[in-house]
Amino acid sequence: MRRLFSNPSLAIGLSATLVFALIGLVSLVWTPFPIADIDIGRRFLGPTPEHWLGTDNLGRDMVSLLMSGTMTSFLVAALAVAIGTGIGVPLGLIAAAWDGPVEWLVLRFSDFIFAFPAVIVAILITTLNGPGAINAIIAIGIFNIPVFARVARGGALSIATLDFVAAGRLAGLGNMMIAYRHLLPNIMSLIIVQGTIQMSLGILAEAGLSYIGLGTQPPETSLGLMLKDAQGMFLIYPWLTVLPGIAIVLIVIALNIAGDGLRDAIDPRLRQGQDNVLA
Amino acid sequence: MSLLEVSGLSVRFGATAAVADVSLTLQRGERFGIIGESGSGKTMTALAMTGLLPEGAELGGSILLDGHPLPRSEREMARLRGKRIGMVFQEPMTALNPLMRVHAQIAEAIELNPSGMAEVDVGNLLAEVGLEPKHGERFAHQLSGGQRQRVMIAMALASQPDILIADEPTSALDLITQRVVLDLIAEICERRHMALLFISHDLKAVGALCSRVAVMHDGRVVETGPAERVFSHPQERYTQALVAASQFKMPEVTREPGGAPLLVVDNLTREYRHGGGLFRPRKSVRAVNSASLSIGTGECLALVGPSGCGKTTLAKIIVGLDSATSGEIVLEGQRYHGKDLPGSLRRDVSLVFQDPFGSFNPRMMIGASLAEPLRLEPNLQAEAIPARLQTAIEAVGLTVEMLERYPHEFSGGQRQRLAIARALVTRPKLVVLDEPVSALDMSVRGEVLGLLMRLQAEFGLTYLIISHDLDMVAAMADRVLVMEAGQIIEEGAPGAIFANPQHNLTRALVAARLPEVV
Repeated sequence: MRRLFSNPSLAIGLSATLVFALIGLVSLVWTPFPIADIDIGRRFLGPTPEHWLGTDNLGRDMVSLLMSGTMTSFLVAALAVAIGTGIGVPLGLIAAAWDGPVEWLVLRFSDFIFAFPAVIVAILITTLNGPGAINAIIAIGIFNIPVFARVARGGALSIATLDFVAAGRLAGLGNMMIAYRHLLPNIMSLIIVQGTIQMSLGILAEAGLSYIGLGTQPPETSLGLMLKDAQGMFLIYPWLTVLPGIAIVLIVIALNIAGDGLRDAIDPRLRQGQDNVLA
Repeated sequence: MSLLEVSGLSVRFGATAAVADVSLTLQRGERFGIIGESGSGKTMTALAMTGLLPEGAELGGSILLDGHPLPRSEREMARLRGKRIGMVFQEPMTALNPLMRVHAQIAEAIELNPSGMAEVDVGNLLAEVGLEPKHGERFAHQLSGGQRQRVMIAMALASQPDILIADEPTSALDLITQRVVLDLIAEICERRHMALLFISHDLKAVGALCSRVAVMHDGRVVETGPAERVFSHPQERYTQALVAASQFKMPEVTREPGGAPLLVVDNLTREYRHGGGLFRPRKSVRAVNSASLSIGTGECLALVGPSGCGKTTLAKIIVGLDSATSGEIVLEGQRYHGKDLPGSLRRDVSLVFQDPFGSFNPRMMIGASLAEPLRLEPNLQAEAIPARLQTAIEAVGLTVEMLERYPHEFSGGQRQRLAIARALVTRPKLVVLDEPVSALDMSVRGEVLGLLMRLQAEFGLTYLIISHDLDMVAAMADRVLVMEAGQIIEEGAPGAIFANPQHNLTRALVAARLPEVV
C-alpha cells in the first residue's frame, strides 16, 4: 500500500479524484441552495458573499449546480463502468478460457458493439425510451463492454500460459473454475486501471450526451447540461460556461493521472521480486 | 599494470546493497570467471564496470581501466564501452534488433567504432564466429539460439575490444550448443589475446573457460584464486557447498526398481498443424513421432534430448494436458489418448513443472494451491484435507505454518519443494518431472534431487524425468531414453549409454558434457 502511494502521480490523481467525488457526495445531503430554486430576480449575479460563484440565467446558485452536476457525472460514469466490467470481464474470461468457436463468437460480438459509438446507442435508446440519465448510463455502459472484454481477454491469455493454470487443469478444474480461481484474481489490477480510465471517458461521454440533450434532464443537472444551458450566453456571461468546463477538465485530468499512476505502480516491469506476476 | 582494477565496488538500491566491497583485477589476456547464484550481485558487478547500471543504483568504490578511472559523462562512457569493452548477454533473442538483418547490425557496430584496421568487416567477423555469409542476410528470428549468440559475439568483437564481458552467455542454450559457444569464446580470446570476464552460475562452464575465478555470494566476493585451487581446495564453507552441489552426490537409498509395467506408451504420435490459408496447404509438424516406451512400477526412467525434440509434448500427453493424434497409452490396464485420461486415474499421475516461479498462483495461499488436486478424490471428507496437506508438506521438509503464506514469500528451491508436495498430495503412482531442477540454483539442486530420491523410496513412486542434463540423469535414473525429432532413438542404463553411445545425437550429447571441475 505504501508502495502505491510512493508514486506521485497516483497520489495526486487519486486525491484530486477523491476530492471531486466527495464534493459530489456532499451535494446529496447539502447544497448551499436547492438547485431547483428558480429566482429570476437574482439571475446573472457575479460572485457575491452569498453566491460564491454567482448565479445562472434562472437565478440558480452556481456552487450548488456544480456540486450536483459533479455528482451526476460521477454516478453516470461509475454505473457505466460497473455495467462494462460486469458484462465485459466475464465475456473476456470466457473467450480466454474456452477457445475455438466460443472465442470467435465473443470477439465478433465485441467488434459488433465497438462499431456503434455511444452517441448512436444513446439516440437509439432515447428514441425508444425518451431521454434521461438512466439512458446515458446504459449507452455508455454498452460502449464499455467490449473495452473490458478485450482487456480481460488479453490479460487472461498471458496468464493462461503459466504453469499454475496447467496445474489447475491437472487437478481437474473446468474452464469456469480456471477462469474464476486462477485467471480473474491475476487480471484484477489490469481491470482496475482500465476502470479508472473508462471512468474519465465516461464523464466526458456523459457531458457530451447531456450537451446534445440525450442525457440528464432538468430539473436534475449535470456538468454537460450546464454547458448546454450557458452556451448561448457565452459572450455576455462567459463564466457560466467556463466553470462547468473547468470542472470537467479537472475531473478528467485527475482520473487520467490516477489511471496512469496506477498503471505505473502495478506495472510488472517496475515490480521487484515478483517477476512472475503479470499485473 | 592491470587492465581492469576494481576496488571496493559497491552498488546500492536505496537501503539494499546489491554489491558490497568487491575488489578484483583483470590482467591483459586473462580469462576471469565470476561464479554466483541468482541474486549474488554478479550481473550488477558487470553492469557497474560497463556503466550500464539501472536507474536508481548508487555506485561506490573505484573502477580503473588501464589505470584511468571510468569517465563520468554518459557520452564518453558510451565511446569507451564501444571501443574497449565488448558485451555478450544472456538472451540473444532480446539483445538483437528483430527488424534488422544481422549483417546490418554487425555493420552498425563496426561503423560506430572505427578501429582503423582494414580487416574488420562483416564477412570476416561472421567467419571468425563460424557463421557463413548467408546467415548475415537473415533476421534474428531466423537463426537458432547458438547462431544468435555467435552474432552477439561478432558484434562485441567489431570494435576490437580489450575485454569481453560475457554474462551467462550459454544458459539459454541447449547442451550441445553451449559447448560449441564456450569453445568459440575460448578460441577467440586465445587468438586475439583478449581478456574475458565470464559470469555464470555454472561451475563447470567457468572451470572449462577460466584460469582465475571469484565466487560471489550476497553481493560479496567470498573467495578468489586460480580456478583449479578454488575448485579442488575450496577454503570457504560456501564454496565447498557449491562445489559439492555440482557433483550430484545422491543419498544411498534402497528400492526395488522395475516391477510390472505401470505405464505403457504405444506408438504415440502428436501432429501439430499450422499455417494454411485459402490457397496454401496446411503444414504439419510431428512433435512426437511413433514413440513407444514402458515404465515399470518403482522405476526411475529418464527422457533426454535437445530442446525441441518433443520430450515435453510427450510428458504433457501422458499427464493428460494434450492429446495424441494417434497411438495410445495404457495406465494400470486402462487405455487413453491424452486429455481423455479417465477421472479415476487422474490422481495417479502428477506433474512437477520446470519453473517454480510460474507454477503457483501468486494470489492464492499455498494451502489452497496444494489442496487443489484433492478434488480428484471425490470421496475425501473435508475434515481429512488438512491432515493430507500436513503429510504432503512435511514430506518435502517444510512446515505446516507455510500453508498460510503466499508464493512470493518462498525462494525458488522452497517453491520447487512445494510443487513436489502438490504433486504428491493425491498419493500418485507416477510422477512426471519436467526439468525439475534446471531453473534452480546450483546449491539447491542437489537438495531437491536428494528429496526426490528419498520420496521415491518412501512412497514407492515411479518417476519419469524429462531433462537435458546428463549429469543429473546419470545420478538419478535407472534407465535412459534418448529422444530426437520426436523419435526415441536409444535406450539403456545410464552408465552404458554414456560410456558407449551408439547414435550420433547421443554421442554429441555425451561429447558436449563439460569436464568435471575437480
